[in-house]
Amino acid sequence: MIQTVAFYLFSVLVIASAVMVIMARNPVHSVLWLILAFFNAAGLMVLVGAEFIAMLLVIVYVGAVAVLFLFVVMMLDIDFAELRAGFVKNFPLGIAIALVLLAELVLGIGAYRAGMIELGVASVATAPVLSASNTASLGAVLYRDYLFLFEAAGLILLVAMIGAIVLTHRRRPEGARGHQDIGKQVRRDPEKATVMRQPEIGKGIDL
Amino acid sequence: MTEFFQSLGMNYEWAWGVATIAGILLIALPLMLAVAMVIYVDRKVWAAINLRRGPNVVGPFGLLQSFADGLKVFLQETIIPSAANKGIFILAPIVTFTVALAAWAVVPFSATAVLADINVGLLYILAISSLSVYGVVMSGWASNSKYPFFSAMRAAAQMISYEVSIGFILICVVLFAGTFNLNEIVLSQAGFGLGFVNAYVVHPLLFPMWVMFFISSLAETQRVPFDLTEAESELVAGYQTEYSSMSFALFWLGEYANILLMCVLNAILFFGGWLPPFDWEPLYYVPGIVWLLLKTFFFFFMFSWVMATVPRYRYDQLMRLGWKVFLPLSLGFVVIISGYLMATGHYG
Repeated sequence: MIQTVAFYLFSVLVIASAVMVIMARNPVHSVLWLILAFFNAAGLMVLVGAEFIAMLLVIVYVGAVAVLFLFVVMMLDIDFAELRAGFVKNFPLGIAIALVLLAELVLGIGAYRAGMIELGVASVATAPVLSASNTASLGAVLYRDYLFLFEAAGLILLVAMIGAIVLTHRRRPEGARGHQDIGKQVRRDPEKATVMRQPEIGKGIDL
Repeated sequence: MTEFFQSLGMNYEWAWGVATIAGILLIALPLMLAVAMVIYVDRKVWAAINLRRGPNVVGPFGLLQSFADGLKVFLQETIIPSAANKGIFILAPIVTFTVALAAWAVVPFSATAVLADINVGLLYILAISSLSVYGVVMSGWASNSKYPFFSAMRAAAQMISYEVSIGFILICVVLFAGTFNLNEIVLSQAGFGLGFVNAYVVHPLLFPMWVMFFISSLAETQRVPFDLTEAESELVAGYQTEYSSMSFALFWLGEYANILLMCVLNAILFFGGWLPPFDWEPLYYVPGIVWLLLKTFFFFFMFSWVMATVPRYRYDQLMRLGWKVFLPLSLGFVVIISGYLMATGHYG
């Protein structure tokens, strides 16, 4: 009983907040609705018994990705009139994309109804690990059955990350504003940094 | 507790519901009382270190000071700035407070006294504590005022930075324990050090991790020396500047509940939780919750000790410590510790 109530509660909230993401006038409100949607999706994951995925969803999406979204959106200076001005112009394109997505959705559900695709690898994995805990079975699939594919995915992400860092990193030249050498700052001592002078009364000092 | 309510003649679902609500109240109400007393302790410790008396007027030894403060804010007027984004402005302290309480659901107070004994307890705590940044960010944005906004920016960057290294430190503990369940993590520490000490911290590879965890938990809860979000010399009171009355008090309560949670986590992950410090039979006659509270109180004392003695970090130093020192160190230790565990046959 309580599972049914929780399921309908979470799914209604997911759909409602997803709708509010695109309906909200204020982009910050949109992001906050998006966070609510993520959160309820995590609730649905818990209901199907995938608590590990649910926690990862909250940690990664709510805890990190959405914070960065919010961070950026909060600092934007958005002109709402300008945003709405493009509505009529982009309307046909939007409708076209919506139709494509709808067609894909219908196709996808139709294909799902028709039954599973026979793949050679599908029979290798998953079956024996279902009895173990969520985390353990996921680990077994990722790190034992599909180790090389998983490592390859990790390597691709690493390359992408290094690429992003190389593209945006700029080394500040020595002495430029914003350049800091922490070791140098720590090594500084009062004898080298300050001088004591006793100027005579009525006379200044030369620095 | 479900069995007890079932024995009163309820069916299982009702008994479970009543038992859960009773459990929540049994954690939340003493927690609120603890927060009030811990604020008093905090002020007394600072006062002692500064050679002052601290609160000593309300009640014997000033014990009732926090309750007087609570009554005061309760009777004050709630002011909402006219330019504020009203809904989010009111929501922000509620989020802070709720999130601070929600994390306590998985904390094991003794072998059986835990509200939700879930498999992914540690991940749940990580998930919930990553939510606590939203209260700050929302309040900073909704106040529509520059100091709260700066504070929200700082908080978002700071908490994300330190969560990364906290995540790696937790992975080291999980590698040793082999589970995410907090109760099993506590149990795996029984007799860990030389078959006698019930604590992970005595291990030479885990001691540096604990030091880093303690510093990161100071940063995560925005305590001195990392209280950049409410640095009064720069930002008035940070994200709380525009708040008054109960909405301000909710921030305050949530902040101290988070600090207590971090103290409990220090105790559970590295100091054996509700186990007695030494694996010696007579010590087990003392209830587990007493040991947990003693350890928690010790860490809270360390938090206020740091607060009273250490000057505030500069913001770029804070970021440097998080990303350039803690992140490589904790990542390196994950590699070293997993290598060590494989080499010593911990995972057969």
